[in-house]
Amino acid sequence: MDSSALVINNLTKTYSNGLKALHGINLEIPHGDFFALLGPNGAGKSTTIGIITSLIKKTSGDIKIYGIDIDKDFVKAKTYIGLVPQEINFNTFEPISEIITNQAGYYGVTREVALPEAEKLLKKLNLWDKRDQYSRNLSGGMQRRLMVARALIHKPKLLILDEPTAGADVEVRRLMWDYLKFLNENGTTIILTTHYLEEAEHLCKNIAIIDDGKILENSSMKNFLSQLKNEKFILYTQEKVSKNLTLESRNLNIIDDHTIEVSISEDSDINSLIQDLSIKGIKVKSLKNKTSRLEELFMRLVDKNGK
Amino acid sequence: MGSNLNIQAVAYKTIVRKEVLRFSRIWKQTLIPPVITNILYFIIFGNLIGDRIGEIESFSYTDFIFPGLLLMSVITHSYTNTVSSLYISKYHRYIEELLVSPIQNYTILAGFITGGVIRGLSVGVVVILAAQFFVTFTVHNIFLMLVVIFLSSTLFSMCGFLNGLFANDWDDINVIPTFIMTPLTYLGGIFFSISMLPGIWQEIALINPILYLINALRFSMLGITDVSIMIAFSIILLFNIVLASLCLYFLNIGKGLRT
Ligand SMILES: Nc1ncnc2c1ncn2[C@@H]1O[C@H](COP(=O)(O)OP(=O)(O)O)[C@@H](O)[C@H]1O
Ligand SMILES: [Mg+2]
Repeated sequence: MDSSALVINNLTKTYSNGLKALHGINLEIPHGDFFALLGPNGAGKSTTIGIITSLIKKTSGDIKIYGIDIDKDFVKAKTYIGLVPQEINFNTFEPISEIITNQAGYYGVTREVALPEAEKLLKKLNLWDKRDQYSRNLSGGMQRRLMVARALIHKPKLLILDEPTAGADVEVRRLMWDYLKFLNENGTTIILTTHYLEEAEHLCKNIAIIDDGKILENSSMKNFLSQLKNEKFILYTQEKVSKNLTLESRNLNIIDDHTIEVSISEDSDINSLIQDLSIKGIKVKSLKNKTSRLEELFMRLVDKNGK
Repeated sequence: MGSNLNIQAVAYKTIVRKEVLRFSRIWKQTLIPPVITNILYFIIFGNLIGDRIGEIESFSYTDFIFPGLLLMSVITHSYTNTVSSLYISKYHRYIEELLVSPIQNYTILAGFITGGVIRGLSVGVVVILAAQFFVTFTVHNIFLMLVVIFLSSTLFSMCGFLNGLFANDWDDINVIPTFIMTPLTYLGGIFFSISMLPGIWQEIALINPILYLINALRFSMLGITDVSIMIAFSIILLFNIVLASLCLYFLNIGKGLRT
């Protein structure tokens, strides 16, 4: 058994209208990974996933799922994959339990086997009460969970989610995150696309950043974060601060009487900053991280690419 | 999950089950209208007009037109079932459930065609039941009758499938019925024997493939036909093979399904 869940080699896609969506993408995702494909809208994330799952025809390149070339044995390759697409795509006139068992059937899992499995999944995803309802009667968050249940019914080794929490509220997002973590800890390789930067930071072991159909960065999340030199903080002070306040070797930006914006470099720390301020007689009441760490790096990467 | 053949078999059953549930859930829209349409035909053509036309080859006019009406109901509904099922699943994108799964194209085609055939045959059965009150139901060759109905049903299920692949909006799904099926069915001798046509029109009528379907079915029920049964049968078979090849070809290139 190949230890890579997914290998993508030189993948390109030109749509029939001439638009070049992918310019030679390479990726390798090991088994057990929790991987984020991160990029702004229109970067080519859905195109990449569409090609892996055969909804979109590639122009060139090749793809292996657990060592199996999708062009050579797509039946076998596809049994390994579960897909949660970006857009809701149910038959809205089909009861939820039927949606799940039909999907199982398409993967060769008989109804008798699928029914108890569907019960387990729907219970775990808090949808069991709704099993006889039509999917159009579900809330957005429930529909997202139903798509996850549908993707898992044939027990795929590789779960691919295309912006699984787009448009979901905080609570739904948290629930989804917890469930995905649980799946990953139990051996499912997960790939997700997102443009929620925090999402990738919160969940993923490895990431790739894609923009304009090119991979700009591909590394471990840890590595990626440590590239970050500076972090910006907003400090709220007890005392009034003067417009002219300066600290040696620090770049302060006084926003108002009680608010300071400050950058902290890798070789410094918050502790020393707070000490420096208290020497000046200023107590810090609270502070917050100004931007998501990943976001900052992300913006920098996208900028370099000429955006 | 098991071997490929196993997967395809389970997937096939799943599609068929889903298709049958789909049209039986809406039986008021799928099974009742053909009964009403045909009863109207029996009353108007059979009783009101038929009496003035008199007998054709020793059959009453109602009995003469019944095989053609039956065939028209079967093929229309086989066609409608596949075209609407396929198009709606494209429109709401749940066709993607099939497209991402390990189903092979021949399984998809077989599943949809079987759905169309079951719908066509169900309509055939209710139309025959309704006809009991109006026509003398005769069968000349039951085996031939079943084969002709079956192959006409597969043929038009495949037409529906093809139209569904090419359709980009709701209007498109009426292209084949409006421009091909309806004219050819009416010109195909449901209501007349081609011997009633003047001169050259008899030759022209023979170009119409549906004429062969209607005559083959009429022969299997009444024992009378305008054309050779061997030729009719070969044409039905040939069209089935051509349509199946076209459907598979377009499925394989992802026409209308994969961008
Ligand atoms: N069917 C299509 N035909 C033509 N262009 C498309 C099609 N689908 C996507 N695109 C274009 O391809 C590029 C990548 O899109 P997509 O992969 O959906 O991006 P993402 O998922 O990262 O937001 C975009 O410029 C988009 O407009
Ligand atoms: Mg997308």
